[in-house]
Amino acid sequence: MENNNTPLIQVRNLKKSFGDVAVLDDISTDIYKGERVVVIGPSGSGKSTFLRCLNCLEDPTGGEIIFQNENIADPKVDINKHRQNMGMVFQQFNLFNNKTVLQNIMLAPMTIYGKNAKKNGIGKKQFEEQCREKAMSLLKRIGLEDKANVYPSTLSGGQKQRIAIVRALAMEPEVMLFDEPTSALDPEMVGEVLDLMKELAKEGMTMVVVTHEMGFAREVADRILFMCDGVIAEEAAPDEFFNNPKNPRLQQFLQKVL
Amino acid sequence: MFFETLWNRLSRALLEQGRWKMYLEGLGNTLVIALIATLIGTTIGVLFAMIKYINKKSGKLKIISKIVDVYITIVRGTPVVLQLMILYFIVFSGWNNGIMIGAITFGINSGAYVAEIARAGFESVDDGQMEAGRSLGMSTWQTMYHIIIPQAVRNCLPPLFNEFITLVKETAIVGYVGIMDLGKIPGLIQSRTFDYLFPLLIAALLYLAVVMVLTKILHIIEKHFSKSDRRSGGVANGK
Repeated sequence: MENNNTPLIQVRNLKKSFGDVAVLDDISTDIYKGERVVVIGPSGSGKSTFLRCLNCLEDPTGGEIIFQNENIADPKVDINKHRQNMGMVFQQFNLFNNKTVLQNIMLAPMTIYGKNAKKNGIGKKQFEEQCREKAMSLLKRIGLEDKANVYPSTLSGGQKQRIAIVRALAMEPEVMLFDEPTSALDPEMVGEVLDLMKELAKEGMTMVVVTHEMGFAREVADRILFMCDGVIAEEAAPDEFFNNPKNPRLQQFLQKVL
Repeated sequence: MFFETLWNRLSRALLEQGRWKMYLEGLGNTLVIALIATLIGTTIGVLFAMIKYINKKSGKLKIISKIVDVYITIVRGTPVVLQLMILYFIVFSGWNNGIMIGAITFGINSGAYVAEIARAGFESVDDGQMEAGRSLGMSTWQTMYHIIIPQAVRNCLPPLFNEFITLVKETAIVGYVGIMDLGKIPGLIQSRTFDYLFPLLIAALLYLAVVMVLTKILHIIEKHFSKSDRRSGGVANGK
Protein backbone atom coordinates (compact mmCIF):
# COMPACT_ATOMS: atom_id res chain seq x y z
CA MET A 1 0.00 0.00 0.00
CA GLU A 2 2.81 2.43 -0.69
CA ASN A 3 1.75 5.64 -2.29
CA ASN A 4 3.33 8.98 -2.88
CA ASN A 5 0.86 11.10 -0.95
CA THR A 6 1.86 12.63 2.31
CA PRO A 7 1.40 10.16 5.15
CA LEU A 8 -1.78 10.28 7.24
CA ILE A 9 0.27 10.20 10.44
CA GLN A 10 3.93 11.16 10.64
CA VAL A 11 5.73 10.16 13.80
CA ARG A 12 9.00 12.02 14.30
CA ASN A 13 11.49 11.19 17.06
CA LEU A 14 8.70 10.26 19.46
CA LYS A 15 9.85 9.90 23.06
CA LYS A 16 7.95 8.92 26.16
CA SER A 17 9.28 8.35 29.63
CA PHE A 18 7.56 7.68 32.92
CA GLY A 19 9.80 9.35 35.47
CA ASP A 20 13.32 8.09 34.73
CA VAL A 21 12.15 5.12 32.69
CA ALA A 22 12.28 5.72 28.94
CA VAL A 23 9.50 3.63 27.43
CA LEU A 24 9.72 5.01 23.91
CA ASP A 25 13.13 6.03 22.66
CA ASP A 26 13.17 8.07 19.49
CA ILE A 27 10.54 6.44 17.28
CA SER A 28 9.91 7.62 13.75
CA THR A 29 7.55 6.13 11.22
CA ASP A 30 4.92 7.11 8.67
CA ILE A 31 1.45 5.69 8.41
CA TYR A 32 -0.21 6.11 5.02
CA LYS A 33 -3.87 6.29 4.17
CA GLY A 34 -5.36 2.83 3.77
CA GLU A 35 -2.32 1.16 5.28
CA ARG A 36 -2.65 -1.61 7.84
CA VAL A 37 0.19 -1.49 10.31
CA VAL A 38 0.51 -4.22 12.91
CA VAL A 39 2.73 -3.68 15.93
CA ILE A 40 4.06 -6.71 17.75
CA GLY A 41 6.69 -7.23 20.40
CA PRO A 42 7.34 -8.71 23.82
CA SER A 43 5.45 -7.28 26.79
CA GLY A 44 7.03 -4.14 28.15
CA SER A 45 8.45 -3.25 24.76
CA GLY A 46 6.39 -0.04 24.61
CA LYS A 47 3.99 -1.05 21.86
CA SER A 48 0.83 -0.09 23.77
CA THR A 49 2.44 3.15 24.90
CA PHE A 50 3.33 3.89 21.27
CA LEU A 51 -0.29 3.39 20.22
CA ARG A 52 -1.61 5.49 23.12
CA CYS A 53 0.79 8.28 22.20
CA LEU A 54 -0.63 8.39 18.67
CA ASN A 55 -3.86 9.95 19.99
CA CYS A 56 -2.15 11.50 23.02
CA LEU A 57 -3.90 9.39 25.64
CA GLU A 58 -0.33 9.36 26.88
CA ASP A 59 1.34 12.72 26.41
CA PRO A 60 4.61 12.25 24.54
CA THR A 61 7.62 13.69 26.35
CA GLY A 62 9.37 14.51 23.10
CA GLY A 63 9.06 14.46 19.34
CA GLU A 64 6.22 15.18 16.97
CA ILE A 65 3.11 13.48 15.70
CA ILE A 66 1.80 15.17 12.58
CA PHE A 67 -1.86 14.44 11.87
CA GLN A 68 -4.10 16.59 9.69
CA ASN A 69 -1.23 19.06 9.25
CA GLU A 70 -0.84 19.71 12.94
CA ASN A 71 1.62 18.49 15.53
CA ILE A 72 -0.83 16.92 17.93
CA ALA A 73 1.90 16.20 20.48
CA ASP A 74 1.87 19.94 21.16
CA PRO A 75 -0.25 20.44 24.31
CA LYS A 76 -1.68 23.66 22.86
CA VAL A 77 -3.43 21.78 20.03
CA ASP A 78 -7.15 21.07 20.43
CA ILE A 79 -6.67 17.35 20.77
CA ASN A 80 -10.42 16.61 20.92
CA LYS A 81 -10.84 17.75 17.33
CA HIS A 82 -8.16 15.31 16.16
CA ARG A 83 -9.33 12.42 18.28
CA GLN A 84 -12.69 12.64 16.52
CA ASN A 85 -10.83 11.38 13.46
CA MET A 86 -8.88 8.67 15.31
CA GLY A 87 -10.98 5.81 16.60
CA MET A 88 -9.55 3.74 19.41
CA VAL A 89 -10.39 0.24 20.59
CA PHE A 90 -9.20 -0.88 24.00
CA GLN A 91 -8.19 -4.23 25.42
CA GLN A 92 -10.82 -3.87 28.14
CA PHE A 93 -13.55 -2.66 25.71
CA ASN A 94 -14.43 0.32 27.96
CA LEU A 95 -18.06 0.51 26.95
CA PHE A 96 -19.89 3.14 28.99
CA ASN A 97 -21.48 1.14 31.81
CA ASN A 98 -24.26 3.63 32.48
CA LYS A 99 -25.45 3.73 28.86
CA THR A 100 -27.30 1.20 26.76
CA VAL A 101 -25.60 -0.25 23.70
CA LEU A 102 -27.40 2.20 21.42
CA GLN A 103 -26.57 5.15 23.68
CA ASN A 104 -22.93 4.03 23.74
CA ILE A 105 -22.77 4.40 19.98
CA MET A 106 -24.83 7.60 19.75
CA LEU A 107 -23.28 9.54 22.63
CA ALA A 108 -20.14 10.94 21.02
CA PRO A 109 -21.74 11.97 17.68
CA MET A 110 -24.69 13.51 19.55
CA THR A 111 -22.53 15.36 22.06
CA ILE A 112 -19.94 16.58 19.60
CA TYR A 113 -21.97 17.29 16.46
CA GLY A 114 -25.30 18.03 18.12
CA LYS A 115 -24.38 21.70 18.52
CA ASN A 116 -23.63 22.13 14.84
CA ALA A 117 -26.84 20.44 13.75
CA LYS A 118 -28.87 23.53 14.49
CA LYS A 119 -26.55 25.72 12.46
CA ASN A 120 -27.05 23.39 9.51
CA GLY A 121 -30.79 23.77 9.85
CA ILE A 122 -31.42 20.38 11.40
CA GLY A 123 -33.61 20.19 14.50
CA LYS A 124 -32.39 18.42 17.61
CA LYS A 125 -34.98 15.66 17.29
CA GLN A 126 -34.16 15.15 13.66
CA PHE A 127 -30.44 14.98 14.35
CA GLU A 128 -30.98 12.47 17.13
CA GLU A 129 -33.04 10.39 14.73
CA GLN A 130 -30.20 10.46 12.20
CA CYS A 131 -27.72 9.34 14.86
CA ARG A 132 -30.06 6.59 15.96
CA GLU A 133 -30.51 5.30 12.41
CA LYS A 134 -26.78 5.28 11.86
CA ALA A 135 -26.15 3.50 15.16
CA MET A 136 -28.80 0.91 14.34
CA SER A 137 -27.29 0.27 10.91
CA LEU A 138 -23.89 -0.22 12.57
CA LEU A 139 -25.46 -2.67 15.01
CA LYS A 140 -27.16 -4.49 12.16
CA ARG A 141 -23.85 -4.81 10.45
CA ILE A 142 -22.46 -6.78 13.40
CA GLY A 143 -25.74 -8.64 13.89
CA LEU A 144 -26.44 -7.17 17.32
CA GLU A 145 -29.44 -4.96 16.61
CA ASP A 146 -31.47 -6.93 19.15
CA LYS A 147 -29.01 -5.75 21.86
CA ALA A 148 -29.62 -2.05 21.18
CA ASN A 149 -31.43 -1.40 24.44
CA VAL A 150 -29.49 -3.59 26.88
CA TYR A 151 -26.68 -2.44 29.13
CA PRO A 152 -23.11 -3.61 28.52
CA SER A 153 -22.99 -5.70 31.71
CA THR A 154 -25.21 -8.29 30.03
CA LEU A 155 -22.98 -8.86 26.99
CA SER A 156 -20.19 -11.31 26.25
CA GLY A 157 -16.65 -10.04 25.74
CA GLY A 158 -16.80 -10.58 22.00
CA GLN A 159 -20.07 -8.68 21.73
CA LYS A 160 -18.67 -5.85 23.84
CA GLN A 161 -15.58 -5.52 21.70
CA ARG A 162 -17.52 -5.54 18.43
CA ILE A 163 -19.79 -2.81 19.83
CA ALA A 164 -16.72 -0.86 20.97
CA ILE A 165 -15.43 -1.05 17.39
CA VAL A 166 -18.64 0.26 15.84
CA ARG A 167 -18.87 2.91 18.55
CA ALA A 168 -15.55 4.24 17.26
CA LEU A 169 -16.75 3.86 13.66
CA ALA A 170 -19.80 6.01 14.39
CA MET A 171 -17.47 9.02 14.47
CA GLU A 172 -16.32 8.11 10.92
CA PRO A 173 -12.62 8.27 11.80
CA GLU A 174 -9.75 8.46 9.33
CA VAL A 175 -7.78 5.87 11.20
CA MET A 176 -8.52 3.18 13.78
CA LEU A 177 -6.13 2.32 16.60
CA PHE A 178 -6.48 -1.11 18.19
CA ASP A 179 -4.79 -1.76 21.54
CA GLU A 180 -4.64 -5.56 21.93
CA PRO A 181 -8.32 -5.86 21.03
CA THR A 182 -8.51 -9.63 21.54
CA SER A 183 -6.23 -10.11 24.57
CA ALA A 184 -9.03 -9.96 27.14
CA LEU A 185 -11.33 -12.30 25.24
CA ASP A 186 -12.17 -15.95 25.77
CA PRO A 187 -10.55 -17.96 22.97
CA GLU A 188 -13.83 -18.78 21.22
CA MET A 189 -14.66 -15.09 20.90
CA VAL A 190 -11.41 -13.97 19.34
CA GLY A 191 -12.56 -15.01 15.88
CA GLU A 192 -15.65 -12.81 15.70
CA VAL A 193 -13.64 -9.72 16.63
CA LEU A 194 -10.81 -10.49 14.19
CA ASP A 195 -13.36 -11.11 11.43
CA LEU A 196 -14.84 -7.66 11.95
CA MET A 197 -11.36 -6.13 11.88
CA LYS A 198 -10.56 -7.98 8.66
CA GLU A 199 -13.75 -6.61 7.13
CA LEU A 200 -12.65 -3.08 8.02
CA ALA A 201 -9.25 -3.74 6.51
CA LYS A 202 -10.89 -4.94 3.29
CA GLU A 203 -12.91 -1.73 3.11
CA GLY A 204 -9.68 0.24 3.13
CA MET A 205 -9.73 1.57 6.68
CA THR A 206 -6.35 2.79 7.89
CA MET A 207 -5.50 0.69 10.90
CA VAL A 208 -2.77 0.50 13.51
CA VAL A 209 -3.10 -2.72 15.48
CA VAL A 210 -1.15 -3.79 18.53
CA THR A 211 -1.73 -7.51 18.85
CA HIS A 212 -0.36 -10.93 19.67
CA GLU A 213 -2.39 -12.57 16.90
CA MET A 214 0.35 -13.60 14.46
CA GLY A 215 -2.16 -15.12 12.04
CA PHE A 216 -3.98 -11.81 11.82
CA ALA A 217 -0.71 -9.95 11.30
CA ARG A 218 0.32 -12.28 8.49
CA GLU A 219 -3.05 -12.11 6.77
CA VAL A 220 -3.99 -8.47 7.11
CA ALA A 221 -0.88 -6.35 7.63
CA ASP A 222 0.79 -4.32 4.92
CA ARG A 223 3.66 -3.72 7.27
CA ILE A 224 4.65 -5.14 10.63
CA LEU A 225 6.62 -3.24 13.24
CA PHE A 226 8.58 -5.22 15.80
CA MET A 227 9.07 -3.18 18.93
CA CYS A 228 11.66 -4.01 21.53
CA ASP A 229 13.04 -1.91 24.40
CA GLY A 230 11.23 1.20 23.23
CA VAL A 231 12.47 1.23 19.65
CA ILE A 232 11.28 -0.20 16.34
CA ALA A 233 13.79 -2.98 16.00
CA GLU A 234 12.57 -4.19 12.64
CA GLU A 235 9.84 -3.34 10.17
CA ALA A 236 8.88 -5.26 7.07
CA ALA A 237 6.04 -6.66 4.99
CA PRO A 238 4.61 -9.88 6.51
CA ASP A 239 6.37 -12.32 4.16
CA GLU A 240 9.75 -10.82 4.76
CA PHE A 241 8.99 -10.31 8.44
CA PHE A 242 8.09 -13.91 9.22
CA ASN A 243 10.27 -15.75 6.72
CA ASN A 244 13.41 -13.73 6.82
CA PRO A 245 13.75 -11.90 10.15
CA LYS A 246 17.08 -10.12 10.54
CA ASN A 247 17.08 -8.76 14.08
CA PRO A 248 18.24 -11.45 16.55
CA ARG A 249 15.63 -10.36 19.12
CA LEU A 250 12.91 -10.79 16.50
CA GLN A 251 14.25 -14.24 15.60
CA GLN A 252 14.08 -15.23 19.26
CA PHE A 253 10.61 -13.73 19.63
CA LEU A 254 9.23 -15.53 16.57
CA GLN A 255 10.67 -18.82 17.75
CA LYS A 256 8.74 -18.46 20.97
CA VAL A 257 5.39 -17.41 19.53
CA LEU A 258 5.15 -19.38 16.27
CA MET B 1 -55.89 5.32 87.86
CA PHE B 2 -52.45 4.65 86.38
CA PHE B 3 -53.67 5.27 82.86
CA GLU B 4 -55.45 8.38 83.92
CA THR B 5 -52.22 9.83 85.22
CA LEU B 6 -50.45 8.88 82.03
CA TRP B 7 -53.18 10.52 80.00
CA ASN B 8 -52.86 13.66 82.06
CA ARG B 9 -49.11 13.74 81.54
CA LEU B 10 -49.52 13.21 77.80
CA SER B 11 -52.18 15.85 77.61
CA ARG B 12 -49.99 18.33 79.43
CA ALA B 13 -47.06 17.53 77.14
CA LEU B 14 -49.05 17.75 73.94
CA LEU B 15 -52.43 19.43 74.16
CA GLU B 16 -52.41 22.07 76.90
CA GLN B 17 -51.80 25.59 75.64
CA GLY B 18 -51.50 24.20 72.12
CA ARG B 19 -48.08 22.73 72.89
CA TRP B 20 -48.30 20.37 69.87
CA LYS B 21 -47.64 23.43 67.75
CA MET B 22 -44.23 23.75 69.39
CA TYR B 23 -43.22 20.28 68.22
CA LEU B 24 -44.37 21.06 64.70
CA GLU B 25 -42.53 24.33 64.69
CA GLY B 26 -39.40 22.61 65.98
CA LEU B 27 -39.80 19.87 63.40
CA GLY B 28 -40.21 22.49 60.68
CA ASN B 29 -37.03 24.24 61.76
CA THR B 30 -35.13 20.96 61.91
CA LEU B 31 -36.25 20.06 58.39
CA VAL B 32 -35.36 23.50 57.03
CA ILE B 33 -31.90 23.35 58.60
CA ALA B 34 -31.32 19.79 57.37
CA LEU B 35 -32.56 20.52 53.86
CA ILE B 36 -30.50 23.67 53.36
CA ALA B 37 -27.48 22.01 54.96
CA THR B 38 -27.85 19.03 52.62
CA LEU B 39 -28.00 21.30 49.59
CA ILE B 40 -24.96 23.30 50.70
CA GLY B 41 -23.07 20.18 51.78
CA THR B 42 -23.76 18.25 48.59
CA THR B 43 -22.80 21.20 46.39
CA ILE B 44 -19.56 21.84 48.27
CA GLY B 45 -18.79 18.14 48.58
CA VAL B 46 -19.33 17.17 44.94
CA LEU B 47 -17.50 20.26 43.69
CA PHE B 48 -14.52 19.65 45.95
CA ALA B 49 -14.47 15.95 45.14
CA MET B 50 -14.36 16.79 41.43
CA ILE B 51 -11.48 19.19 42.02
CA LYS B 52 -9.54 16.49 43.86
CA TYR B 53 -10.40 13.89 41.21
CA ILE B 54 -9.30 16.09 38.31
CA ASN B 55 -6.16 17.03 40.24
CA LYS B 56 -5.34 13.38 40.80
CA LYS B 57 -5.98 12.35 37.21
CA SER B 58 -4.45 15.26 35.35
CA GLY B 59 -2.29 17.21 37.81
CA LYS B 60 -4.31 20.38 37.18
CA LEU B 61 -5.91 22.56 39.93
CA LYS B 62 -3.02 21.90 42.30
CA ILE B 63 -3.44 24.91 44.59
CA ILE B 64 -7.25 24.68 44.85
CA SER B 65 -6.87 21.00 45.61
CA LYS B 66 -4.50 21.80 48.49
CA ILE B 67 -6.99 24.32 49.88
CA VAL B 68 -9.71 21.67 49.69
CA ASP B 69 -7.48 19.31 51.67
CA VAL B 70 -6.99 21.92 54.39
CA TYR B 71 -10.75 22.53 54.57
CA ILE B 72 -11.52 18.84 54.89
CA THR B 73 -8.86 18.34 57.56
CA ILE B 74 -10.06 21.26 59.69
CA VAL B 75 -13.77 20.48 59.41
CA ARG B 76 -13.37 16.79 60.13
CA GLY B 77 -10.83 17.42 62.87
CA THR B 78 -12.93 19.70 65.08
CA PRO B 79 -16.24 19.10 66.88
CA VAL B 80 -19.27 20.39 65.02
CA VAL B 81 -20.59 22.03 68.19
CA LEU B 82 -17.49 24.25 68.30
CA GLN B 83 -17.87 25.05 64.61
CA LEU B 84 -21.46 26.07 65.33
CA MET B 85 -20.44 28.31 68.22
CA ILE B 86 -17.65 29.92 66.17
CA LEU B 87 -20.07 30.75 63.38
CA TYR B 88 -22.92 31.77 65.66
CA PHE B 89 -21.05 33.86 68.23
CA ILE B 90 -18.15 35.16 66.14
CA VAL B 91 -18.47 35.02 62.37
CA PHE B 92 -22.18 35.86 62.16
CA SER B 93 -22.49 37.54 65.57
CA GLY B 94 -24.46 40.46 64.15
CA TRP B 95 -26.98 38.25 62.37
CA ASN B 96 -29.92 36.98 64.37
CA ASN B 97 -31.20 34.39 61.92
CA GLY B 98 -30.18 31.33 63.94
CA ILE B 99 -31.79 28.84 61.60
CA MET B 100 -29.76 30.03 58.63
CA ILE B 101 -26.56 30.07 60.68
CA GLY B 102 -27.30 26.51 61.79
CA ALA B 103 -27.97 25.47 58.20
CA ILE B 104 -24.74 27.07 56.99
CA THR B 105 -22.73 25.43 59.78
CA PHE B 106 -24.04 22.00 58.98
CA GLY B 107 -23.70 22.64 55.26
CA ILE B 108 -20.02 23.44 55.66
CA ASN B 109 -19.57 20.53 58.02
CA SER B 110 -21.38 18.03 55.85
CA GLY B 111 -19.52 19.28 52.77
CA ALA B 112 -16.27 17.85 54.09
CA TYR B 113 -17.79 14.41 54.62
CA VAL B 114 -19.64 14.45 51.32
CA ALA B 115 -16.39 15.44 49.59
CA GLU B 116 -14.69 12.31 50.88
CA ILE B 117 -17.67 10.12 50.01
CA ALA B 118 -17.94 11.59 46.51
CA ARG B 119 -14.20 11.32 45.94
CA ALA B 120 -14.39 7.62 46.70
CA GLY B 121 -17.31 7.47 44.25
CA PHE B 122 -15.31 9.14 41.49
CA GLU B 123 -12.32 6.92 42.12
CA SER B 124 -14.46 3.81 41.93
CA VAL B 125 -15.19 4.58 38.26
CA ASP B 126 -12.79 2.68 36.02
CA ASP B 127 -10.15 4.88 34.34
CA GLY B 128 -11.02 3.25 31.03
CA GLN B 129 -14.36 5.07 31.04
CA MET B 130 -12.66 8.47 30.87
CA GLU B 131 -10.16 7.21 28.30
CA ALA B 132 -12.95 5.86 26.11
CA GLY B 133 -14.80 9.16 26.24
CA ARG B 134 -11.68 11.17 25.47
CA SER B 135 -10.62 8.80 22.68
CA LEU B 136 -13.91 9.51 20.90
CA GLY B 137 -13.11 13.21 20.94
CA MET B 138 -15.30 14.31 23.84
CA SER B 139 -13.82 16.84 26.25
CA THR B 140 -12.97 16.03 29.87
CA TRP B 141 -16.04 17.94 30.99
CA GLN B 142 -18.38 16.22 28.48
CA THR B 143 -17.10 12.84 29.63
CA MET B 144 -17.46 13.83 33.29
CA TYR B 145 -21.04 14.93 32.69
CA HIS B 146 -22.29 12.00 30.62
CA ILE B 147 -20.20 9.13 31.95
CA ILE B 148 -18.16 9.69 35.11
CA ILE B 149 -20.59 11.66 37.30
CA PRO B 150 -23.60 9.35 36.77
CA GLN B 151 -21.50 6.30 37.62
CA ALA B 152 -19.80 8.01 40.56
CA VAL B 153 -23.16 9.12 41.96
CA ARG B 154 -24.55 5.62 41.68
CA ASN B 155 -21.51 4.12 43.38
CA CYS B 156 -21.59 6.46 46.35
CA LEU B 157 -25.34 6.64 46.98
CA PRO B 158 -25.43 4.30 50.01
CA PRO B 159 -22.78 6.17 52.06
CA LEU B 160 -24.15 9.50 50.83
CA PHE B 161 -27.65 8.68 52.02
CA ASN B 162 -26.19 7.53 55.30
CA GLU B 163 -24.64 10.97 55.62
CA PHE B 164 -28.00 12.66 54.93
CA ILE B 165 -29.72 10.63 57.63
CA THR B 166 -26.94 11.33 60.12
CA LEU B 167 -27.21 15.00 59.25
CA VAL B 168 -30.93 15.19 60.08
CA LYS B 169 -30.30 13.85 63.57
CA GLU B 170 -27.07 15.73 64.11
CA THR B 171 -28.76 19.09 63.60
CA ALA B 172 -30.18 18.66 67.13
CA ILE B 173 -26.93 20.26 68.25
CA VAL B 174 -28.22 23.69 67.16
CA GLY B 175 -30.19 23.80 70.42
CA TYR B 176 -26.81 24.57 72.00
CA VAL B 177 -26.97 28.15 70.78
CA GLY B 178 -30.70 28.52 71.44
CA ILE B 179 -32.12 27.69 68.03
CA MET B 180 -35.65 26.27 68.34
CA ASP B 181 -35.28 22.96 66.54
CA LEU B 182 -37.08 19.75 67.38
CA GLY B 183 -34.35 18.64 69.77
CA LYS B 184 -34.74 21.79 71.82
CA ILE B 185 -38.51 21.46 72.34
CA PRO B 186 -38.65 18.74 75.06
CA GLY B 187 -36.46 20.85 77.33
CA LEU B 188 -38.69 23.88 76.80
CA ILE B 189 -41.85 22.00 77.58
CA GLN B 190 -40.30 20.29 80.59
CA SER B 191 -39.37 23.68 82.02
CA ARG B 192 -43.11 24.43 82.21
CA THR B 193 -44.58 21.02 83.06
CA PHE B 194 -41.68 19.57 85.05
CA ASP B 195 -42.23 16.30 83.17
CA TYR B 196 -39.71 14.97 80.65
CA LEU B 197 -41.30 11.63 79.73
CA PHE B 198 -43.71 12.49 76.90
CA PRO B 199 -41.88 15.48 75.45
CA LEU B 200 -38.80 13.31 74.94
CA LEU B 201 -40.80 10.39 73.56
CA ILE B 202 -42.72 12.60 71.15
CA ALA B 203 -39.60 14.31 69.86
CA ALA B 204 -37.86 10.96 69.44
CA LEU B 205 -40.85 9.55 67.55
CA LEU B 206 -40.90 12.55 65.24
CA TYR B 207 -37.19 12.14 64.43
CA LEU B 208 -37.79 8.45 63.85
CA ALA B 209 -40.70 9.16 61.52
CA VAL B 210 -38.64 11.64 59.51
CA VAL B 211 -35.75 9.20 59.18
CA MET B 212 -38.06 6.36 58.14
CA VAL B 213 -39.75 8.45 55.45
CA LEU B 214 -36.35 9.68 54.28
CA THR B 215 -34.99 6.14 54.14
CA LYS B 216 -37.94 5.09 52.01
CA ILE B 217 -37.44 7.97 49.57
CA LEU B 218 -33.69 7.35 49.32
CA HIS B 219 -34.35 3.68 48.68
CA ILE B 220 -36.52 4.54 45.69
CA ILE B 221 -33.86 6.89 44.33
CA GLU B 222 -31.18 4.24 44.76
CA LYS B 223 -33.27 1.71 42.89
CA HIS B 224 -33.76 4.15 40.04
CA PHE B 225 -30.02 4.71 39.73
CA SER B 226 -29.11 1.03 39.69
CA LYS B 227 -31.09 0.30 36.54
CA SER B 228 -27.98 -0.28 34.45
CA ASP B 229 -27.23 -3.32 36.63
CA ARG B 230 -30.40 -4.96 35.46
CA ARG B 231 -30.55 -7.07 32.41
CA SER B 232 -32.10 -4.53 30.10
CA GLY B 233 -33.30 -0.98 29.79
CA GLY B 234 -36.86 -2.21 29.88
CA VAL B 235 -37.42 -2.15 26.13
CA ALA B 236 -35.79 -5.19 24.62
CA ASN B 237 -36.52 -7.45 27.57
CA GLY B 238 -36.79 -11.16 27.01
CA LYS B 239 -34.57 -11.38 23.95
